[in-house]
Amino acid sequence: MRRRNGHREVPRYSAFNLVRHGVSGSRWPNVWRAHDLEPSYDVVVIGGGVHGLATAYYLAEHHGITNVAVLEKSYLGSGASGRNTAIIRSNYLTPEGVRFYDRSLRLYEELAADLNFNVMFSRRGHLTLAHNDSSLRTMRWRAEVNKLEDIASEVIGPDEIKQLVPYLDTSGDARYPILGALYHPPGGTIRHDAVVWGYARAADARGVHLHQNTEVTGIDVTGDRVVGVRTNRGSIATSVVVNCTAGWSSLISKMVGVDMPIKTFPLQAAVTEPVRPFLHAVVVSGTLHVYVSQTDRGELVFGASVDPFPSYSMRGSLEFTEGVAGDLLELMPSLATMRVLRQWAGLCDVTPDFSPIMGVTPVTGFYVDVGWGTYGFKAAPVAGEAIAQLIATKKVPTLIASFDLARFSEDRLVGEKGAAAVGH
Amino acid sequence: MIRIPCPYCGPRNASEFHYIGEQRSRPDPNQTTPARWRSYLYMQSNEAGWAAEKWWHGSGCRRYLIVERHTVTNEVRAIQPSAGDPRRRLRQEAAKSEGPTVEGDPD
Repeated sequence: MRRRNGHREVPRYSAFNLVRHGVSGSRWPNVWRAHDLEPSYDVVVIGGGVHGLATAYYLAEHHGITNVAVLEKSYLGSGASGRNTAIIRSNYLTPEGVRFYDRSLRLYEELAADLNFNVMFSRRGHLTLAHNDSSLRTMRWRAEVNKLEDIASEVIGPDEIKQLVPYLDTSGDARYPILGALYHPPGGTIRHDAVVWGYARAADARGVHLHQNTEVTGIDVTGDRVVGVRTNRGSIATSVVVNCTAGWSSLISKMVGVDMPIKTFPLQAAVTEPVRPFLHAVVVSGTLHVYVSQTDRGELVFGASVDPFPSYSMRGSLEFTEGVAGDLLELMPSLATMRVLRQWAGLCDVTPDFSPIMGVTPVTGFYVDVGWGTYGFKAAPVAGEAIAQLIATKKVPTLIASFDLARFSEDRLVGEKGAAAVGH
Repeated sequence: MIRIPCPYCGPRNASEFHYIGEQRSRPDPNQTTPARWRSYLYMQSNEAGWAAEKWWHGSGCRRYLIVERHTVTNEVRAIQPSAGDPRRRLRQEAAKSEGPTVEGDPD
């Protein structure tokens, strides 16, 4: 299944090569190449985000399947991959969820070395605050599930929280007093664009074709089998199509007549002006629906839960910024003079049980990796790895077995109350 | 902020309303199969375009409404009282059985 033009020699990113290129003045080659659309591919991945690119990369890297096209209707990473708040963690509530996200976190830790691309992985600790007894109880529950799965995760009190994040209002006088927090040391942040570019470069180097500005307009099915994909740039014959979209996953699945239990909601986020580093952990409050972290540039990135009604609109709104800024000030009153630089929205495909939908569908050759709600970015490496394994071996990996589409018609939902969109 | 033209209260901010879900018919629980019932429970058409939806004007007239909204632009083009409005249904049932009438505004 190797592509005719095969692998290409990519100069490694290293201190030595940096000096060499600096001295010689020679240009670095493009991070990835543009190609004409081939008439056929072994695998067509729809969606050039971090999930689609990871799937293509692991198909090539782990299974030697390099005759792969990734179709992206805009530019790579233009959707949710470039719009999330780049937080990674594995302290979920269900054992399935914990195992799954833990594998993802481990892949992320090694990613910079695997891809030869600095993804700015930053392990800095993750705090989920509890403002009342019931959320403290949920935190204890999560901590116990996490410990059973060998994940570093514990409930800590206000004094320890104050040591980790001195600017938090841990006095008992706050409207939402901080009673405790679930502390998850392996949690942190990573540069989301770098993850997209890193996967894209590594996939391209292994012979995968990345097609930007290529919108899928239809999928051809004969009998119950996928035979091709139609795009605005021409048609492709293929027997394997993977739906790796976020926001448009219902629409792509509808092209082959597969219904999805998905509602698409915008999720808004914002970033402040940069300041000196003072916030060294990721702070989340489920009750206030706000999460905040400081980037390496010094900006505070904060986001909320999804908007109150579904929409494909990616516009931010003033009442969101007002509301979430108020919530943030509730936690850290000293931020009152900081200015918001910009805000944006990304699309979240929310499922009824806040777990993703991965695996086979009633149409042979049509695979899905969708329904990623508010947790898609942190799962990208493991999702790509598992979907690649599924395509190559035709066997569903145990890690994703419970996340299949059939669970909705068979009533075995995986209720994930540890998801960020869920209030506690 | 999108505005929704409530037939009872006039144009109001969307924050006064609660989104209930897509407008679709509920299968008769006594007649349907488990598979069809679960499909009714979970599956969504999730259109990118015009969609008929049920909303509840919780901070206003507290009526259920059928809103036709464009899910990409959030524009609202039509709105009407929901046939499933429990008060309306109770009134109709009361009128049929000629039992005690339910108090409320006629609509």
